[in-house]
Amino acid sequence: MTSSQPALRVCGLAKSFTVHAQGGLSLPVLCDVSLSVSPGECLALVGPSGAGKSTLLRSLYGNYRADSGSIRVRQDNIWTELVGAEPRTVLDVRHRTMGFVSQFLRVIPRVSAVDVVAEPLLRRGTDADEARRRAEFLLGMLGIPARLWSLPPATFSGGEQQRVNIARSLIVDYPILLLDEPTASLDAANRDGVVELIRQRRDAGAAIVGIFHDTYVRDAVATRLHEVLPPAQPAGVSP
Amino acid sequence: MSAPLLSARGVTKRFGGRIACRDVSFDLWPGEVLGIVGESGSGKTTLLNCLAGRLLPDGGSVAYETQSAGTVDVHHLSEARRRLLARTEWGFVNQDARDGLRMGVSAGANIGERLMAVGARHYGDIRREAVDWMARVEIDADRLDDRPTTYSGGMRQRLQIARNLVSKPRLVFMDEPTGGLDVSVQARILDLLRGLVEGLHLSAVLVTHDLGVARLLTHRLMVMQGGAVVEQGLTDQVLDDPQDAYTQMLVASILPV
Repeated sequence: MTSSQPALRVCGLAKSFTVHAQGGLSLPVLCDVSLSVSPGECLALVGPSGAGKSTLLRSLYGNYRADSGSIRVRQDNIWTELVGAEPRTVLDVRHRTMGFVSQFLRVIPRVSAVDVVAEPLLRRGTDADEARRRAEFLLGMLGIPARLWSLPPATFSGGEQQRVNIARSLIVDYPILLLDEPTASLDAANRDGVVELIRQRRDAGAAIVGIFHDTYVRDAVATRLHEVLPPAQPAGVSP
Repeated sequence: MSAPLLSARGVTKRFGGRIACRDVSFDLWPGEVLGIVGESGSGKTTLLNCLAGRLLPDGGSVAYETQSAGTVDVHHLSEARRRLLARTEWGFVNQDARDGLRMGVSAGANIGERLMAVGARHYGDIRREAVDWMARVEIDADRLDDRPTTYSGGMRQRLQIARNLVSKPRLVFMDEPTGGLDVSVQARILDLLRGLVEGLHLSAVLVTHDLGVARLLTHRLMVMQGGAVVEQGLTDQVLDDPQDAYTQMLVASILPV
């Protein structure tokens, strides 16, 4: 169900890092990146390690600050510009429109796995019992044993923490999803659960941008590839 | 959209010849938690005290959007009105709970006093509310009639939080609320604060030198160095992609666990 109107539009995006400890050394990473993603599409970012795939994804989420260019998100049928936006504009877009799944869970002391997962729903005003039910459903679908649900995830294995994180990010039906290696460090059985969830979201009309090093996962979820090249070799220019 | 709850413009404070905070401007919007970070001596607490009307700045102004009386200039209110505001619409959590509690009266009276400031008169209601808040901050209800002098540091801090939040303030100022506490006690208080700030839809200005606390509790950060704000933005953006040389140094100085 691809609609003609994209959900996310990126134009001429540039991002460099300035390292003051190295005498103000400037490291250009992204140069003139443009892309657009429509509802129901899953765009897989591909390119060599160090090309800036993660930097691009984090810039889209506003976690990294873009130098120039434009990142526009369709929200309430209005285009909202994220480059140079006020923090509360970015927070509002993250709250209602754009979710991010990273490889790592930022553990909150003393909060149980089920509450960590339910939190984004509670924040949106969902009833506490309903939020818990959905959190438990997702944790079960991702193969987290029920005996772990009431424990804080600090002591969980890396793969378990990653799945808690995925459940937390997917519990809300965000119209736009950014996925940074959602299946890294998962075994085949758990990987399939994540793939199934991503496909469900995509087919329900989410616009997805992701990094999937696992080609099996990429083939299973991506509808289109977008090549990210190191800045010395801009996209569209043959070496 | 709604108006900012608190607006600082060019706030400057000197102590003798030394500038403690210089030309600080920002807007705090309803529901936002703003963190002020920086090393000790960077002017964080001075700024917080200027914002809360506890110190008179040498320059600049602080405007607060009251619940029903429009916008007021915090430093041009009469002392009586400022105190009323501080007791009703604001909270202030001190680093040292002894500065924020009345140590000579019971825990219940510490909580009840704030309720009476917002008009509660019925003894039974006040006591019930106090018991409820003791539970919310995880203090045994049978300690209600004890004085805070008999409490541990972590319990005092939780009591101070209860005293400040019981009257459902719109804006809470916090000065290193977990400073000087054991790590396990810190985690408990952070968890408590996180839940309360979110559940009560509070706005808050939080001073901390602990970037982990800032990441957990705040939406936005201002980084201060030598009295000036050197960088501000979304909390995760400032911590993960710091632009300023000083912020980069601060973030790089965190010990990985």
